[in-house]
Parts: sequence; structure tokens; C-alpha cells
Amino acid sequence: MELILAIGIAVLCSCGIYLMLRPRTFQVIIGLSLLSYAVNLFIFSMGRLRVDAVPVIDSGTVDASQYTDPVPQALVLTAIVIGFAMTALFLVIMLAARGLTGTDHVDGREQR
Amino acid sequence: MDALLPHLPVLPILVPLITGAIMVLIDDRQRTAKAIIGFVGLLVLLGAAIAMVVTVNQLDGAATASYPIGNWPVPFGIVLVADRLSAMMVLIATILGISTLVYSLARWHASGPSFHSLVQFLIMGLNGAFLTGDIFNLFVFFEVMLAASYGLALHGGGSARVKAGLHYVAINLAASFLFLIGAALIYGVTGTLNMADLALKVAMVSQADRGLLEMGAAVLAVAFLIKAGAWPLGFWLPATYSVAAPPVAAIFAIMTKVGIYALLRLSTLAFGAEAGPSAGFGQMVLLIGGMATIVFGVVGLLASRMPARTASYSVLVSAGTLMGSIGIGNATTTGGALYYLVVSTLAVSAFFMLIELMDRVRIEGANVLALTMEAFGDDEEEAEEEVGLSIPGALALLSISFCVSALLLAGFPPLAGFLAKFAIISSLLNPAGFTETIAPTPWTWTLAGLMVFSGFATLIALMREGINTFWATLSDTPGPVRVLEMLPVALLLSIAIGMTIMAEPVMSYMQAAAHQLYLPGGAIAQVMDTPLVVSGEASH
Repeated sequence: MELILAIGIAVLCSCGIYLMLRPRTFQVIIGLSLLSYAVNLFIFSMGRLRVDAVPVIDSGTVDASQYTDPVPQALVLTAIVIGFAMTALFLVIMLAARGLTGTDHVDGREQR
Repeated sequence: MDALLPHLPVLPILVPLITGAIMVLIDDRQRTAKAIIGFVGLLVLLGAAIAMVVTVNQLDGAATASYPIGNWPVPFGIVLVADRLSAMMVLIATILGISTLVYSLARWHASGPSFHSLVQFLIMGLNGAFLTGDIFNLFVFFEVMLAASYGLALHGGGSARVKAGLHYVAINLAASFLFLIGAALIYGVTGTLNMADLALKVAMVSQADRGLLEMGAAVLAVAFLIKAGAWPLGFWLPATYSVAAPPVAAIFAIMTKVGIYALLRLSTLAFGAEAGPSAGFGQMVLLIGGMATIVFGVVGLLASRMPARTASYSVLVSAGTLMGSIGIGNATTTGGALYYLVVSTLAVSAFFMLIELMDRVRIEGANVLALTMEAFGDDEEEAEEEVGLSIPGALALLSISFCVSALLLAGFPPLAGFLAKFAIISSLLNPAGFTETIAPTPWTWTLAGLMVFSGFATLIALMREGINTFWATLSDTPGPVRVLEMLPVALLLSIAIGMTIMAEPVMSYMQAAAHQLYLPGGAIAQVMDTPLVVSGEASH
């Protein structure tokens, strides 16, 4: 399971970086989104992978080994929300740039 | 007032949050109302910041004021920590906020939506980043600050701003992902996000995991270095700052300092003398990176033909000087660097505002004209005719302000910029103080030499700007300069002059702040023991 997750993160990450370095704004935003998924999965994996373990701890005396680490899950939630908002903001700027410059090149003009 | 005193560390975050949120509800056409609300909010904030500086300064030695948010016990909940450094940074951010707000009233606040709210949210993010004692919370406040800065960078519109803004947002989004990866790695190894707890855990990390921890710290540091504009990660900075609206660029002057602050805070806390094998991790990178940034900034400074670019490159020079001095890892040097941080932030901020005012005096093509004059020799007759003209009041004020900020930026006597550079270089050459002699290493000689050289280059670049603007101008009637525009410039510069006159107490505050950073043991213990409010106590 660790291997599959690691390969998944690696594929998302490499696609994201490749697209981020492309000259079209749409490619850049898709690249940033893929990169954010890779980062979110990475944060999640930092709480160690556990199957069939809940993160919310019951009251009373509990055996900590029966639970998975809740902190990375909370962090991922925050990171998803922030990443989503920033991507939306980037979309707005992208559209404004498209409208003002008449091209979707990141430098605002086509290369010759 | 007494009831508010224990809540002092949280006020610099709450006050701008509340004022900013109120302003979102008000229609954007009610600019005067928004400006008044924002100004009152910032005045309250100024009071809180001054109170915090005074309170923290009265605490002895390593003591800090810590505040558990939501009353959760410390390593688990988020804690705010106010020490001398963070209190000082909050105060500067507030002062820059006030001057930006006043400057924008003359014209700029009307040229785009929600200017006042964005300024408040930017200050909230800045203050939060300075006060928080938790790595992930630092990320959240960075994002608050960045989200507001995206809006402000685009303020005023136009294709140049949108183009620069597009690059700025993309680079900062990528930097945020690096921040997350670094924070997650550190959490994965140490199991904590609290900075004080992290400092305790770093020494206990096993040899097998140490590589991962240092990797996490390095990734995190790259994110901070991008914000600080370090070479080769800072190419976005001149492009963004030079096209931003002048009041916006003026408050952005402190944003690179947030990166520096985070680097300083985490490197002294997690990789200080008590960190075991990881002690001093990454210092060499900071030192060399800082020196490379100074060189890059100086080259850009000498090459730029546009005043706004000159100012942007002087931001880079100041960031490089700070990084290099922090990389030395000596408390006294850092104390001098903190003094330099305040002076250079104030001077750059004032300079960004001055540039717009100077543009009204300058005529189109003055640069080219000055060049041809140099090439073909000055026309003596014409120069004679100019003598009889009286300099208008605005022009005199502008040139005096320009002169003061140029002296501050270049670090020439008698102003505070000189004192700051003197403090840094003196501690570089006498690392152990004046009582015993330790020979300075080649690195410190290089850094000291670069600092002197960068001052010289800054002086040349700014002198050229000044000559082109004030001496080569041919317009008899310079554009009007309003009091509202001159006031913030005068405020910032007079604070810097005040720091020159009151150099002794200010410098000893900075030194105390730096020594507090390099001996974090007491502060860590105190943050870990942050008292919680018992339910009975909360009622009074």
C-alpha cells in the first residue's frame, strides 16, 4: 500500500511540475492543481498509513495504538480549503490576463 | 484596560480581522467611512503594538508573553508567543499600515475595489505570522497575508499588473506547496507542530530519521527564501514590486522581511546550540545565499533605469544583507541586523512612495536627456538661466526626503543606516566582543566587504536618480504634491531619524531581542508551561 501511494504521489507531482513549466496559463493552473493533490496526499501519509482505524478518540481510557493520527487529517482539510481558494483566485487572474492581453501565454505575448 | 492586558498577544490579529470584516459589509462607494474605520482600527492596533513592546521589554531575560488560543494545553493547541522580536515586527507592520492608508487617501484607494479591507487583512496575516508559535498556523497566516497581497498587487488594474500578478500568484502557490511538504515532513519525524516543542524534540531525533528532518527543514527554508527574495529564487520580486501601486509597494516592503523573520525564528529555535548534531544546520547556505543576493541586487540597482525598479532592487540588497548577517550565527551580529531590518524597511517603504511624487517633477525622457547632456557636454548658457528660479516648496521637501532616504538606504553617516551597518560590520570583525580577539574568517571579511560595496553602489544608483529628477528637470511647474502624500513619507523618515537620535535604547532593545533568540531555553520552557485559564478565573 505504501508503494502504491508513493508512486501515486510521484506521478501526480511529476505531471504537476511538468505542466507548471508549460507556457499556457491553463496548463499552469492544471499543474498547480495536480501538485496540490500530490501535496495533500503527502501530508496525509505523514500520519502513517493505517487501515480500519478511526482518528476520533473516544472518552475514557483508550488504547492509542487502535487509532490513527488525527492531526495530518486536520492539516489536509485546511490545506485543501486554502489550496482550493487560491486556485479559484488564480483562475480569476488568468481570465483577466486573457482578456487584457488577448493571449493565454504566461508572458502575455506569443513567443516568436 | 486591565482586563485586556492578558489578551495583548491576540489583539494584533483580532483588531485588523474585525475592522476588515466590518468593511467588507460596507458598500465600496463609502470610501470615507471605510477610511475612518480602517484608520481607527490601525490606531487601536498601534496602541496595542506599543503596549506589547513595552510589556515585553519589561520582562527580564528570556521571558515571553504566551497566549494559548482556545485554552488548549500547549503542545496540542495553537499558542501565540510574543517576544521582543515579534513585538517589534508587529509595531513596524502597523506603522507601515498607517502610512500606506494615509498615502492612499490622496488618490489610490479609489482606483480599485476593497482596498481598505485588503490592507487590514494583509496586516492581520503579517501580525499572525509574527506572533504564532505553531508551524502550521504560520502557514495559515502566510496564506492570509498572501491572499490579501494578491488582491493588493492587482490594485489599480492594467495589463502590466495583471501580468506580474499572474507570475506572483503562481510562484507563491508553488512556494506554499513547498511550505506544506516541509511542515508535513517535520511533523512526520518529530510528531509536533509547536515550535517550542519542536526545539525540544530536534535534539532527540534518532540518527536514522535525522536526514528526513533536515530535508523537511530545508524544503521549508526554500519556501521562506522564495518569500525573502533570495537569489536565485527572487526574480519575481522586482517584476511585481515595480509595477504595484505605490502605497501597495510601500507596505510590501515588509513582506520580504516575513521570510527573513521565519528563517531567523526557526533556525535559532530548532537548529540552535541545543539541537545536538543538527546545530547550525543551513547557516552556510544562508550566508552564501545572502551574499549572492547582495551581488544580484547591486547589479540590478546599477542597471535599472526606472526608479521603481531601483527601489525593488534595494529591497533585494537589504534582504541579502539580512540573510548574510543571520547566516553568521552570532547574536551580536543579529542584533545589528535587526536594527538594519527596521531602518531599511522604513526607508524602502518611504522611497516607494517618494518615487510616485518624484515622477510628477520629472519630465518624460529626462533620463535620455541627461545622457545626451553627458555625451555632448552641458549647455552652460541654459544652466545660467536656471539659477534665478526659486525652487518651489514641494520640490524642496521632495528633494530633502529623497536625500534622507538615500542616505538611509546606502548606509551613510550620520543617519541610522550607517549605525546599522556599523553595528553589523563591527560585530563581524570582533565576533567575541572587544575583550578578546578572534580573527575573523574569510567569509566574514567577504560579507563585510560586500556590505560596504553595496552601500557605495546604492549611493551611485540613487545619486543618478536624484540628479536626473531634481537637477535635470525642465518643467517650471511641477505637479501638485498633497499634504496627505507627504505626511506618511515624513512620518516614516522621521521615525528613522528618531532611531538615529535614540540609537542607544533602540540598539539595546535589538541586542536583547537577538540574545533572546540565541538562548531559547528559558523561552521554550516558559511557552511549554503556558498557564491555562481556569473556568472560575475567566469570569472576572
